[in-house]
Parts: sequence; structure tokens; C-alpha cells
Amino acid sequence: MSADTDTASAPSGFDNDNRQAATIGDSARDYLNRLRGGDMGSLPAILGLIFLFAVFSSLNDRFLTTYNMANLVIQAGSIIVLAMGIVFVLLLGEIDLSAGVAGGASATIIALMLIDYDWTWWMATLAGVAVGAVIGLAIGSLVSMLGIPSFVVTLAFFLALQAVPLRLIGSGGSLRFNDEVLRGLSIKNVPVTAGWIAAILIVVGFAALSLWRYRSLSAKGLVHEPLGLVVVKIVVLAAVVLGLTALLSANRAPNPNFNISGIPWVAPVVIALLLFWTFVLTKTRFGRHLYAVGGNAEAARRAGINVLRVKIMAFVICSSMAAISGLLAASYTGKVSPGSGGGNELLYAVGAAVIGGTSLFGGRGRAMDAVIGGLVIATIPNGLGLLDQASYINFLVTGGVLLLAASVDAISRRRRSSAGV
Amino acid sequence: MAEPLLELRGVNKSFGVVHVLHDVDFAVYPGQVTALVGDNGAGKSTLVKIIAGIYGRDSGDYLFEGKKVEVHGPRDVAALGVEVVYQDLALCDNLDIVQNMFLGREETKGLGLDEVTMESRARETLASLSVRTVKSVRQSVASLSGGQRQTVAIAKAVLWNSKIVLLDEPTAALGVAQTRQVLDLVRRLADRGLGVVLISHNMGDVFEVADRITALYLGRVAADVPAKDVTHSQVVELITAGRSGDLGIAENPATATV
Ligand SMILES: Nc1ncnc2c1ncn2[C@@H]1O[C@H](COP(=O)(O)OP(=O)(O)O)[C@@H](O)[C@H]1O
Ligand SMILES: [Mg+2]
Repeated sequence: MSADTDTASAPSGFDNDNRQAATIGDSARDYLNRLRGGDMGSLPAILGLIFLFAVFSSLNDRFLTTYNMANLVIQAGSIIVLAMGIVFVLLLGEIDLSAGVAGGASATIIALMLIDYDWTWWMATLAGVAVGAVIGLAIGSLVSMLGIPSFVVTLAFFLALQAVPLRLIGSGGSLRFNDEVLRGLSIKNVPVTAGWIAAILIVVGFAALSLWRYRSLSAKGLVHEPLGLVVVKIVVLAAVVLGLTALLSANRAPNPNFNISGIPWVAPVVIALLLFWTFVLTKTRFGRHLYAVGGNAEAARRAGINVLRVKIMAFVICSSMAAISGLLAASYTGKVSPGSGGGNELLYAVGAAVIGGTSLFGGRGRAMDAVIGGLVIATIPNGLGLLDQASYINFLVTGGVLLLAASVDAISRRRRSSAGV
Repeated sequence: MAEPLLELRGVNKSFGVVHVLHDVDFAVYPGQVTALVGDNGAGKSTLVKIIAGIYGRDSGDYLFEGKKVEVHGPRDVAALGVEVVYQDLALCDNLDIVQNMFLGREETKGLGLDEVTMESRARETLASLSVRTVKSVRQSVASLSGGQRQTVAIAKAVLWNSKIVLLDEPTAALGVAQTRQVLDLVRRLADRGLGVVLISHNMGDVFEVADRITALYLGRVAADVPAKDVTHSQVVELITAGRSGDLGIAENPATATV
């Protein structure tokens, strides 16, 4: 238990409680205190990203080219989406080891629907997501109703689900994935003008929303950030969004006779999912209940929350997101094979979520963590690939990074419980 | 005396072969603090959890405002206006004070949560309880001291215009100053007209705030008396031996009547 220093202080009535950190300096100090207390958020991921960029760009000229940066965005897409799904089960302190192969199985179904049944891309996609949802429902029910540890249930599903593509495709075979729209997610780009309009809309929308929120909270006397911090956040977001848009809008074709420019279609898909799940996690009752169950399941139960339902939903969301991730992976490679999703995908995604700041112990995590962590994880094989290193290096480095992230998580958790942040 | 707000009649409860509560009668009156005392293992927490709807009962009646009611879970009990502050506090460390106070009963507006209403009401409630020690309602609960957590748990219980608040050993883990705050808070709740049940091992605390004392001995009610009619040492005897003078249960608990 933390020391009770506050008992004697604060002679005023409760109405005089802190409603805002007075200045940006105070906010910065608050932030440093939180860091010291072990609440690292995405900081390790951002530092890691800067480190990797510095190393790879100094070792290889091609790493920082716009062509490679666009590639990185496309490669990161499926990892980020899978990680975003994993965040939901990690929030409960559970794990889903089968998410990668659930994505492979769903992608197989999508490919079969496209090829054998001539379904349109969106019908096939819905079918794939439905397959994911059913898998999640089964896992969630086994975990929450029978009380089997999620580690064991999903390990079983990890093995069993690999049978689906193997049975449907046959070993050694593969299904082509060349639907114009779905394949286009990875190989086509948003028209440059449309990309700029969308980017500007996002920046303006974010700025308007933040300022409106600031005004209404301060007018009603509720806890809010100082205006300076709101402005800094808007500026940072604008710099990142507009900077990336500029980068991706330039012609990046290695051969000057061609023109490749515009934001890859994967990016708006990821952004839409990010916005949607961020809303669900932070602004809805379901989101609140997820955090509550992850923080203290017994307290949640006593508060009348249906813990069973929350758990099942988390697994359903995770496997459904895995289906979308499997689709993006198939879109990138242009095919689905029996091994799809059975490789590094899952560990990449768990690593991405954890590096991004989601705790393995439950109760802490954001959809945004998956994006930041996913970029870190995707940078490793991308950069190593350019260095023509033997692929065993890739395994070693990725394993090391995952272990590092888990250590940071465990250590910050220890510091949190001793600092009581 | 006024009609009891809540009454249990002849409640029995077993866990497997362990018979924990025997024909327990228990009543809570409006505007009064009822102290529930008894040795470790006497069945106090079990009784509270039955009232809270966390455990079912094997037999006996549950009456609210004089009428028999069926309760099937924490939600039913909360709907009656009964709130419990558990011995193991049941707060989520990863959520802030407002989020904890509204847990499971979040206010919504349109598609999303209504943070404005929730934060304002949480602040009002804390202010009305004259809580002075919390820096910000958006502090995470993990950063609070033991007394502050207890305060949040109590504030959570009164937020809902509840009629009855049960507190299971609220001062057990607290220092002197914090115990003082919590006891003041308990008294203020009763003065507002709520029925308050206080479980405590500390006779000083009990005699300071309680109007009635119900003593449990090995799962039986040994006595249910006004606090002013008994002495400190009588209550200690009731707790440790089940009887004191003409109060309490007969020598052989198996055949005893109250
Ligand atoms: N969930 C349970 N399962 C089995 N036995 C229990 C359970 N809860 C309490 N008991 C037993 O019931 C008795 C009363 O416990 P409890 O109500 O916690 O006592 P108190 O709160 O008065 O110390 C004890 O003997 C305890 O071991
Ligand atoms: Mg107890």
C-alpha cells in the first residue's frame, strides 16, 4: 500500500480539487512522474522506432527511400490489425495463440469464395470475418464458461485451425488472391488528391474535436488538459499525418519511367479500424467494462458487469480482427497457402501490442499501441531484408525484441505497484 | 422503533458440509448504524454477501421495507437501494475514481459514455460527504492511500441514493487519522437517514458510532441489542463466548434458542 501523505494536506473542501495541470510545464512534470512510476505508455516503442530507423538507414541507403517506406506501411498493415485484435484479449490478461492461424483459415475461406463461388469481394470478406467471429466465439466460450486457461484453449486452436487451409487447399498448393479490390489494398494507392483531402480532414477533425472538448470541459469545470498541451498534440498529429501524406504522395517508383504515388489503401483501412476501436475502448460502456474486467474481474462482477459476456466478446473481436489481418496478408502476398498465418504472425502481433504499451497482465492497453508497436515490429524484417542477412538473424532479433518488450512490461508493472500510479 | 428497512428471517447457509449460518435473524433500521460483531469465522462476511446477493441462501426470508423479495444477484440488490463496501475493496486499480464510482452503471449519452454527468456527480457526492483528501477525481485508484480507497468505495455506495450501506471492516487496514475520517463518514450516512451496517472488530469504533449491536457467535445470533444497553465487556463476552449474563445463547449451541 502506498504511503498516506495526503491525509494531513489539502485543508480546502473537495470542490477545490485539481481540475487541470496549470501549465504545460506541470503536464510535462506529471508525465515524467508517470514515467518514473513505471507508466511508460508507448515511449519505449517510439524510442525503439527511432533507434531502428537510425541503425537501418545508416547501414543501407535504400531503407529511407519513399519506396521502402511505403512498403513498410503495407507490411505493417496486417501485423497492426492482428495486434489490435490481440490488444482486446491482452486487456483481460488473456492470450490468443491461435489468432495467426485463425487469420489464415479465414483468408482461405475468402479466397475460396472468390475463386470457386465467384462471390463479390465484400461478401467474401464478410464470410471471412464471420469465420473469425465463430472461432472467437468458440474460444471465448471455452475459456469463460469452462474456465480452461486461454493459453491451452488457443494452443489447441492453433494446432487444429491449421487443418482448415491444409484440408481445403492441400499441402504444397496455394490459392491465388487477385481480386481487384482486395489485392488492391496492398498494390494500389489512394489517388494523391483524395489522400491529401483525407489527411487534411483528419487533422482538421482532430483539432476541432480536441478544442471543442477542451472548451466544454473547462466551461463545465471538469478535469481537462491545459490548452498548451492540447495545441502541442494537435501540432504533433498534424506533422505526422501531413508529413506521411507528403512522403507517400511523391513519386516513389525506382524506375523514373513509372509513376507510383499515393497512400497505399491498407493505410485507410488501418486508420478506420484504429478510430473505431479507439472509440469502442474509450467511449463506450463495453470498453469500460473490458478495462474493469482486466483490472479486477471480481470487482467487475460485483459491480454487476457480465464478465462472461465481456470475455467472449473480447475473443470474438480478436479473431474477427485476425480474419481482416489474414486478408491483408493474403492481399500483400497475392496468395493463400496452407502455412498462411502459422509462422511468425502471432508472435509479431503480440510483440507489437506489448511494445506499443499494452500490458500482458491485463487492464492496460490502447488500439493505438498496436499501430506504434506494429510499425516497430514491421521495421525489423523490412530493414534486415534490405541488408541481405540470413533469415535466422530475423528470428533472433524479433525474439529478442519480444522478450525485451515483455521485460519492460513486467518491470514497469513492478514499479507501478510500488509507486502506486 | 421504526420499521426495519431490511430484514433477514431464519437464514441458513452452508458451504458444502460446513454450516456457516444458523437461523440468522438480522434487521437494518433507517437512520441507524447497526454494528455486526463476531469473532473471525463467525459468518459476518457471509451474511453480508447474502444480503448483497453474491451468495444465495439455503433457507430463510429476505424482506425489504416489510415485503418479501427475491434477489438473484448483485444487480437485484443494487436495484433495491442496497450497496456494499466489501472487506476486499472491489475497486479497479487501473481505472480512475469517477470510472470506479460508476462501474457497471455508467451514464450514457447517445452512443457513448456521458463523462460530463459522471464526473460532475462523482464530484458532488465526494463534496457532500466532505471528502477533503482526494487531489483529483481523475486520479487512478492505484495512486490512492488505504483511507482514500475506502472513501471512494463508500462514496460509490452512496452515489446511488441508496437506502442501505453495508461496510465490511472498513477501518481494519487504516491508521488513526483515516479511521477517524471513515467513522465520521459512517455517522454522516446514518444522519442522512440511511440504514448503515458496520462490521468491525474494534469495540471503540463500534461504541462510537453504533446505535444497535448484533453479535454473531459461530453462525448464530447471540444478541441484537441497542448499543446503549450493553457495555464494552458484555459485547466482548458475547463475541468470545456467545453469552453474557442473561444475554446470548444457551450453553449448547446445537439446541439453543435465542
Ligand atoms: N466461499 C466459501 N466456501 C467455503 N467456506 C466458506 C466460504 N466463505 C466463508 N466460508 C467459511 O464460513 C465461515 C464464516 O466465514 P466469514 O463469513 O468470512 O466470517 P467472518 O467474516 O465473520 O470472519 C468460516 O468458517 C469460513 O471458512
Ligand atoms: Mg470477514
